[in-house]
Amino acid sequence: MTKQIVTMTVNGEKKEVLAEPRELLIYVLREKMGMTGPHVGCETSHCGACTVEIDGKSVKSCTMFAAQAQGAEIKTIEGLGSPENLHVLQESFKEHHGLQCGYCTPGMITRAHRLLIENPNPTEEDVRFGIAGNICRCTGYQNIVKSILSAAAELNAAKEAAQ
Amino acid sequence: MIPAAFEYHRPSDIEGALSVLAEHGDEARVLAGGHSLIPMMKLRMADVPHLIDLQDIADLKGITIADGIITIGAMTTQHELINHEALFAAAPIIREAALQIADPQVRYMGTIGGNVANGDPGNDMPGLMQCLDAQFILVGVDGTRKVPARDFYESAYMTNRDDEEILTHITFASIDAGYAYEKQKRKIGDYATAACAALVTKDGDKVATASIAMTNLSDVPVLSEAAAAALIGTTCDTAAVKAAVAAALEDIDPTEDNRGPVAFKMHVAGIIISRAIARAWSRA
Ligand SMILES: Cc1cc2nc3c(=O)[nH]c(=O)nc-3n(C[C@H](O)[C@H](O)[C@H](O)COP(=O)(O)OP(=O)(O)OC[C@H]3O[C@@H](n4cnc5c(N)ncnc54)[C@H](O)[C@@H]3O)c2cc1C
Ligand code: FES
Ligand code: FES
Repeated sequence: MTKQIVTMTVNGEKKEVLAEPRELLIYVLREKMGMTGPHVGCETSHCGACTVEIDGKSVKSCTMFAAQAQGAEIKTIEGLGSPENLHVLQESFKEHHGLQCGYCTPGMITRAHRLLIENPNPTEEDVRFGIAGNICRCTGYQNIVKSILSAAAELNAAKEAAQ
Repeated sequence: MIPAAFEYHRPSDIEGALSVLAEHGDEARVLAGGHSLIPMMKLRMADVPHLIDLQDIADLKGITIADGIITIGAMTTQHELINHEALFAAAPIIREAALQIADPQVRYMGTIGGNVANGDPGNDMPGLMQCLDAQFILVGVDGTRKVPARDFYESAYMTNRDDEEILTHITFASIDAGYAYEKQKRKIGDYATAACAALVTKDGDKVATASIAMTNLSDVPVLSEAAAAALIGTTCDTAAVKAAVAAALEDIDPTEDNRGPVAFKMHVAGIIISRAIARAWSRA
């Protein structure tokens, strides 16, 4: 089928790509836009490694066609922080050993970011339920949960200090 | 996993979607959240030469509650169902069930319309809609019709919906009853080994009305009138619940699959049904 131009805003930047409608968003992000943060784990909607944020929703980008994202506002892990200026969540994962191989981490942090926007004061149970769509083969989740809870506390403290 | 090529349509109103459906017949299919259809297309178990994305159709979105009647647009996501406070007040069983579907990411995308139109026996909403005696509103080129959820399902993936019709809304009465949606699954993100929706009302210390429906225990959702009848007029005591469970188990026909052999599913179903009844009664 013919390719078409798909326009979307990725991490605040307007992007235009030529893609067939059947191309999955994750591959368009990775291979056409060079956003290799979101990973492909299972490719079957189960692991969450490909999680990105689309119009305020955490989405498994292996289960969305690029064409569906026409006009959408997308955030990937690249848009959260940079090596020189880590996001609080990234800093917290580093501090609390929230990753081992790191494969699940971009999806995990992107999801956690959305979770904390919707629920800035989560309980441990809220965090576990909220990241249930992200699988980690390494950590046993304990330190991931710790990292997210600690980031939440830090973000709240910063918010309070600013007021 | 790359699906076969297709032409992508994104109409902005229902008429636009219907005209693509009419033009391409069974070569065309609508796309809602895509979290059942896209996996099937990736596996090439669904071939859809013309894909009609419904996301821009405003008329298919939103929840309204008026005069005790709840109307939900087909494109309303599970995430939206969960977070809608007025819906929770009018029909709390919807949130209880929706929270047991898949995982957060899937719930942001998966829609109630896609869930009930899909026809997969594993979907949770169809059984719940039968329990609530919901009506599905379908629109085609010949007009609009209403089909009760209880008459909609024919066999796995076969429903009363015509290929050229779109499900636009779901309606049901707000709930003034004890409720429960119980589901046993192997892990988060798995479909039910057994699930049960129950509504029970009380008159004095007796069961006045009951509605019991089950998910993934036959090739269609199953409403068990016999189970309800076994409860009505009783005090919902152990013997009554046992009789209701026995009646419900008579109405289902599970098959062996990777979730277990038939005997195991019957066992799990029995436990889930009795828990659903007990919890609904405790809230009646
Ligand atoms: C990992 C994972 C786990 C899941 N676990 C569960 C679970 O436990 N329980 C559960 O219930 N579901 C589960 N699902 C399915 C999920 O809830 C789906 O999103 C839902 O079944 C279908 O909704 P959708 O909006 O994604 O529909 P789509 O996938 O877009 O469509 C599904 C079908 O319905 C048709 N359709 C959609 N909308 C309409 C309409 N308005 N009119 C006519 N036809 C229409 C489509 O043509 C298609 O045939 C899971 C999915 C995944 C990926
Ligand atoms: S790669 Fe998308 S969910 Fe696993
Ligand atoms: S750190 Fe290895 S998969 Fe999570």
